[in-house]
Amino acid sequence: MLDAIGAPSVDALFADVPEAARLSGLVEGLPLHAPELAVERQLAAMAARNQPAGDRPFFLGCGAYRHHIPASVDHLIQRGEFLTSYTPYQPEIAQGTLQALFEFQTQVARLLGCEVANASMYDGSTACWEAIVMARRITKRGKAVLSAGLHPHYVSVATTMARFTGDRLETALPTLADGAPGDDLARLLAAIDDDTSCVVVQNPNIFGHVADLSDLAAAAHARGALLVAVVTEPVSLGLIRSPGEMGADIVVGEGQALGVGLQFGGPYVGLFACAEKHVRQMPGRLAGETVDAEGRRGFVLTLSTREQHIRREKATSNICTNSGLCALAFSIHLSLLGERGLRDLAALNHGKAVRAAGRLAAVPGVELVNGPFFNEFTLRLPRDARPVVRSLAERGILGGVSVGRLYPEGDGRNRGLVVAVTETVTDEDVAAFADALGEVLA
Amino acid sequence: MNGNAGGWRPETPLPGHGAPDGFTGNRALMLEEPLLFESGTTDQCGVDLPPAPEVASPLEGTLLRDAPIGLPGFSEPEAVRHYTRLSRQNYAIDLGLFPLGSCTMKHNPRLNEKMARLPGFADVHPLAPQQTAQGALALIHLVGDWLMKLTNMPAIAMSPKAGAHGELCGLLAIRSALEARGDRRQVVLVPESAHGTNPATAAFCGYAVENVPATADGRVDLAALQVRLGADVAALMLTNPNTCGLFERDILAIAAAVHEAGAFLYCDGANFNAIVGRVRPGDLGIDAMHINLHKTFSTPHGGGGPGAGPVVFSAALAPFAPLPFVEKTADGFRLVEEENAEAHHARSFGRMTAFHGQMGMFVRTAAYLLSHGADGLKQVADDAVLNANYVLRQLEGVLDAPYAASGPCMHEALFSDKGLAEGFSTLDIAKGLIDEGFHPMTVYFPLVVHGAMLVEPTETEGKAALDQFIGALRSVANRARNGDPDLKTAPHFAPRRRLDEVAAARKPKLVWRPPPAG
Repeated sequence: MLDAIGAPSVDALFADVPEAARLSGLVEGLPLHAPELAVERQLAAMAARNQPAGDRPFFLGCGAYRHHIPASVDHLIQRGEFLTSYTPYQPEIAQGTLQALFEFQTQVARLLGCEVANASMYDGSTACWEAIVMARRITKRGKAVLSAGLHPHYVSVATTMARFTGDRLETALPTLADGAPGDDLARLLAAIDDDTSCVVVQNPNIFGHVADLSDLAAAAHARGALLVAVVTEPVSLGLIRSPGEMGADIVVGEGQALGVGLQFGGPYVGLFACAEKHVRQMPGRLAGETVDAEGRRGFVLTLSTREQHIRREKATSNICTNSGLCALAFSIHLSLLGERGLRDLAALNHGKAVRAAGRLAAVPGVELVNGPFFNEFTLRLPRDARPVVRSLAERGILGGVSVGRLYPEGDGRNRGLVVAVTETVTDEDVAAFADALGEVLA
Repeated sequence: MNGNAGGWRPETPLPGHGAPDGFTGNRALMLEEPLLFESGTTDQCGVDLPPAPEVASPLEGTLLRDAPIGLPGFSEPEAVRHYTRLSRQNYAIDLGLFPLGSCTMKHNPRLNEKMARLPGFADVHPLAPQQTAQGALALIHLVGDWLMKLTNMPAIAMSPKAGAHGELCGLLAIRSALEARGDRRQVVLVPESAHGTNPATAAFCGYAVENVPATADGRVDLAALQVRLGADVAALMLTNPNTCGLFERDILAIAAAVHEAGAFLYCDGANFNAIVGRVRPGDLGIDAMHINLHKTFSTPHGGGGPGAGPVVFSAALAPFAPLPFVEKTADGFRLVEEENAEAHHARSFGRMTAFHGQMGMFVRTAAYLLSHGADGLKQVADDAVLNANYVLRQLEGVLDAPYAASGPCMHEALFSDKGLAEGFSTLDIAKGLIDEGFHPMTVYFPLVVHGAMLVEPTETEGKAALDQFIGALRSVANRARNGDPDLKTAPHFAPRRRLDEVAAARKPKLVWRPPPAG
């Protein structure tokens, strides 16, 4: 090959690298290549130092939920034609990906109660920020009002970005006293003014509260603002009315709960849906229907004049890679469930959570904070929940997320413990959790 | 030279050339598949769930769903068949060479997939108590450590979700560093050959974007850059090797000029595959660079994601890196996040995403790094560059290669549409390659070359595969030069003929809706 190229050596092909920056040998401080067996052994040893959720009573949520994923989901997404394909820029040989994305968009739009959806975002937190920016573009107003019940990481992402973009955000910290999110609702209603682009509210919220967003939507619309709703547990929508039906204009979500798995935080899949009239302000990729030269139906990426590779600095977003394979997993899981399965799964989650909440609130000194909730609720403990969580872990129980980890500000909030109960939790798990909690608090 | 030594030719007739229409519209293994919504019903379910316990629910009234959602369900065999049939309408690396320039479509080793599915990585919650996730934190630390050593950069942010997200992370760190010294520079310089994400990211961060001109040999015009640099320039966003496939020879002088002007040098690391293990970006004077794990480090592209875009930082930018990050302490690994950040990382610019980044991609990357080692990674760059130069020299006689005289190319070879017959374009060549059984190269990018065709073979192709691709591209290019009318209507053998993208955009149909009654 070097002869065909006309070069004396491979080194000669790197002649344009300045001499001062050429390494004389290998990069220092790294081992040499290793066989598959050795790599597997090393990584398996690292994996063994973690405590997987499936091995023990497990109750964590707060934006990432453990559900049973049917075996066929992971089998199908590992087909090489899905796994090792690229963004479908050549639609004639990417109809599989494109049709699957078109189906995903339809499922997401229906689930969230909106007219259209895009082909996925990185995750819920980045989708949430993109929704705030989209609302600014639509309304040409610069202030977003964020619910105190919005996931604190989502708030953190938005505050970080807003510092640089000049968007103004009104935020507040939640209090455990909000048995129902009434105070938050009152604050949001009072904050909407003629400069408000949107109100951002999560349902169910970070403490698991479920609310009817209709009044908030009406109040926002009355002042020309949009309602952005965030869903971090899409299984809840098998039971709860969707934000779109409650009047939200843009609905974003974290789709991880369906098909994707916990994976220590990523990759996940952002959901993004809105009214059709706003579609040209939407970020991210879109699959659309068209016909080929023989009039047969086919699918293509469309409206790319919004996107960075065409519009460059005038694009609606800089997003390029999205979360296609996770979107596929979401879509397959939802196809296996169907509407009946999703409703049954939601009822199962809810039933188990209600029972578990009753059992845990019976532990001396423990109170249930919530009014209406779906599969996640918050307990008020007699003391800081952070050491309690660690003590439970030592007893082999992953017993929820301490509010103090999410909100380091303290202020009584840190007595909160957020507990998620999905179909993967057994009655024995709940009993073991309740007993251990009693022991730790005694 | 001929990869098809036996001379076998497919005998599929062209549509309308005498094949019977049939009943189903299918053609043997080419199977049409209806949409989920056209074939399923909402009362079918492929998952066997136990009954829900009877409870007194706190949910009532307007909180509850009262209307149908419209989600069809399928039995497991139906679902498996639907998605298997769809998958067969995709081209993929597993099927053949996938020469998309700047996308680095290399083989995705299956060990990566196996490791990512170990329950100790796949089934761990991001907010699990840190004492129960020490192995996961150790793995993030391990990958970060390798990436810092490979780049000779002292700090890393692991959380960015993809390349463009990494660019955003890098520019936010740059802006934070400038603001920390009271400097409110407004301009980011971007070469015209840059990826579209570069100017989009700069604009998203509130910067005005200005182009940097190139020289005739396809590199940044250092003299013009020096003239333009000044107190208003925050950063230069450079891709090196650049998207013309060339190493920026003047990189050290560019870095010196940028720094002298008080600005920062951002490097788009999309093309790191060309130099990994051979050149460390930190030695080139770079201040921040994202690394696409789904390119250089072989994590799968999955039909458009997920990716992962960790960002390495110079010492000047390190204090501004985002949360969270993993720290090694005397008794293990610690995740530094909002709860415990104050004392450690007071100048961090904030948070890019919920949780800690693309863990699943980190595990795959770790498997790739450990498998290759320092020696294997150097060979990755060697072979990627060797393959691209081979493609360039084998094809420069039949396709115009505007920078063929600019020195060896790096990992990708760039061609233009000069010399094609009247009315023939790069698009025709791309569609002709589809009929030859290949995914086309990147087309119409970079913008600096007319009708650009950017070929990146990657190191995972052997000579026989390259020769077959070269033969196919040479044949298609000759057809385009000679004005073969059949090429204008290619592809003929794909699941679809050319699709009407203009119609799709004019009246977008983005979701399925039932056909009107009657």
